[in-house]
Amino acid sequence: MSAPLPLPFERPILELEKQLSDLEKQPDPTAVTRESIRRIRTELNKLKREVYEKLNPWEIVQVARHDARPKAMDYIELVFDEFVELHGDKAYGDDRAILTGFAKLGDRKVMLVAQQKGRNLRERLEHNYGMAHPEGYRKALSKIQMAAKFNLPVVCLIDTAGAYPGVGAEERGQAYQIALNLREMARIDTPIVCVVIGEGGSGGALGIGIGDHVAVLQFAYYSVISPEGCAGILWKHAKHADKAAHALRFTSKDLLELGVVDEIISEPIGGAHRNHRQMATNLHASLTSALKDLSEIPKDQLLDRRYEKFRKIGVFEETIAVGQA
Amino acid sequence: MSTGPEIARPATPSMNDESSTPRRKRGVPEGLWLRCPKCSATIFRKQVEKNLRLCPECSHHFYVPARVRIQQLFDDDSFEEWYTELRSVDPLNFHDQKPYKTRLIAEQKKTGLDEACVVGKGYMRGRPVVFGLTDSAFIMGSMGSVVGEKLTRATEEATRQKLPLIIVSGSGGGARMHEGILSLMQMGKVSAALGRFHDAGGLYISVLTDPTMGGVAASFASLGDVIIAEPEALIGFAGPRVVKATVSSELPEGFQTSEFLLKHGFIDTIVPRTELRSEIVRIVDYCT
Ligand SMILES: [Zn+2]
Repeated sequence: MSAPLPLPFERPILELEKQLSDLEKQPDPTAVTRESIRRIRTELNKLKREVYEKLNPWEIVQVARHDARPKAMDYIELVFDEFVELHGDKAYGDDRAILTGFAKLGDRKVMLVAQQKGRNLRERLEHNYGMAHPEGYRKALSKIQMAAKFNLPVVCLIDTAGAYPGVGAEERGQAYQIALNLREMARIDTPIVCVVIGEGGSGGALGIGIGDHVAVLQFAYYSVISPEGCAGILWKHAKHADKAAHALRFTSKDLLELGVVDEIISEPIGGAHRNHRQMATNLHASLTSALKDLSEIPKDQLLDRRYEKFRKIGVFEETIAVGQA
Repeated sequence: MSTGPEIARPATPSMNDESSTPRRKRGVPEGLWLRCPKCSATIFRKQVEKNLRLCPECSHHFYVPARVRIQQLFDDDSFEEWYTELRSVDPLNFHDQKPYKTRLIAEQKKTGLDEACVVGKGYMRGRPVVFGLTDSAFIMGSMGSVVGEKLTRATEEATRQKLPLIIVSGSGGGARMHEGILSLMQMGKVSAALGRFHDAGGLYISVLTDPTMGGVAASFASLGDVIIAEPEALIGFAGPRVVKATVSSELPEGFQTSEFLLKHGFIDTIVPRTELRSEIVRIVDYCT
């Protein structure tokens, strides 16, 4: 595993991990050393569990954004057996922030749409930190439409701080393209599974987020606005991001309670960044099961079910009993 | 509708007028006289109010409160408001510098509206249409659960009644932060309803006013069969300050204005307020 950047709340874990690796490096360990190694391993697992059970929303944001957290490309390698990338949006250009193409999940063929943040500086620059322009959303939509034509289900992996807020993005219709994706994804006649794997940043996430089954990784988050953005507006300074993070209720637990996601996918002890393989296994299992369930829904019910899923989201009061005109 | 017909009444200055809501630049601020933000002329407030909220000197388009907009667009007393009993609650128990509930009450007092959105049915030069509006004065015209629900119901009702749908957007706030992820999901909900309306062959005319931003721009406001904007409105996805900070350079002249969007092909026409009703009616007549 690549060395994770030290998150403040991970310090005790990292210290213990250091102790452990020092001991493990000793040649010809004595019985006492071997016993210490065993003890520290147990302690370490316990500590990771404790720290990660108690993460507050602001800490969860930091885990979700962790440089070493598995990114779409990791899942493309670890979860899928094949990826045949299709680049064209057939209008403007190839947006590397969203990758699309045919993929195999076991024996199931799917269309994969994945926001790719990049795993190192070179990749992050190449993929614009996973922040897509209109052409990325257009590419995604056209591939999802093609998937329906050939009866392939769709898997969308969501991981973005948001749609890119730049001059070109505005000139090329960022708002229009996201709006179009929302409307069209609601009525494309093939099963769609969406998983927030890291950051679910507002409209930029929702732009590939309308589906029949929406899941979120345990330490991912999905929010109407970044905690920094929210703090900047409502607390007048981004330094209050931790307060905004608490107020916005965007952790996986909150999302499930609010009826916004259908499933929380467990992460390995200590977070996905500590064990990419285990995380990939969990994601594989979740996708396989969701796609199987959706494949059993009769075609003529799929879109009504998707419509109702979003139709019922929202909390309000109505003082007089519901009636119709 | 659930709540029985309610005829929109002319705005009284204390309730629905900007006189109770001193707005910064775009509105008509308090007082007998005001200064136009565009031409800097000092103009008589009453004259602006009589003139469709336009500057008599340069035709600058001032903010129009919901009830006044309805008066401007609809045949006299023909507008019936729907779903007036829908009220926002505080699903997240959201508390920034003041609690969301307190904020809602303050906004209701300030604007005379129950929420940022008014929907209903009315007649424009005798043509029946379903209508929705977001008022940028109510928590920046942002969309929470009630705004999403009202617009969705109105769209579903337009589908059922086979009537044209007209939505006038004004929202600097996009999706409402105080209801968190639920607000974001309203974008999906309304857009899905518009998809069904579209499938049923319905005509949707979207009218963009100053400002139309964020989650409102990135959902229903951009989905019209025909998209009209008032002149010089601010329209876009990301706020200009965010864009400026991201690109760390000066923004192009006229960035994110109606004229900018027209040039880049994302709206169909710019229509001054004096012509808005007749243009809507003209388009309705072509499509129905
Ligand atoms: Zn003027």
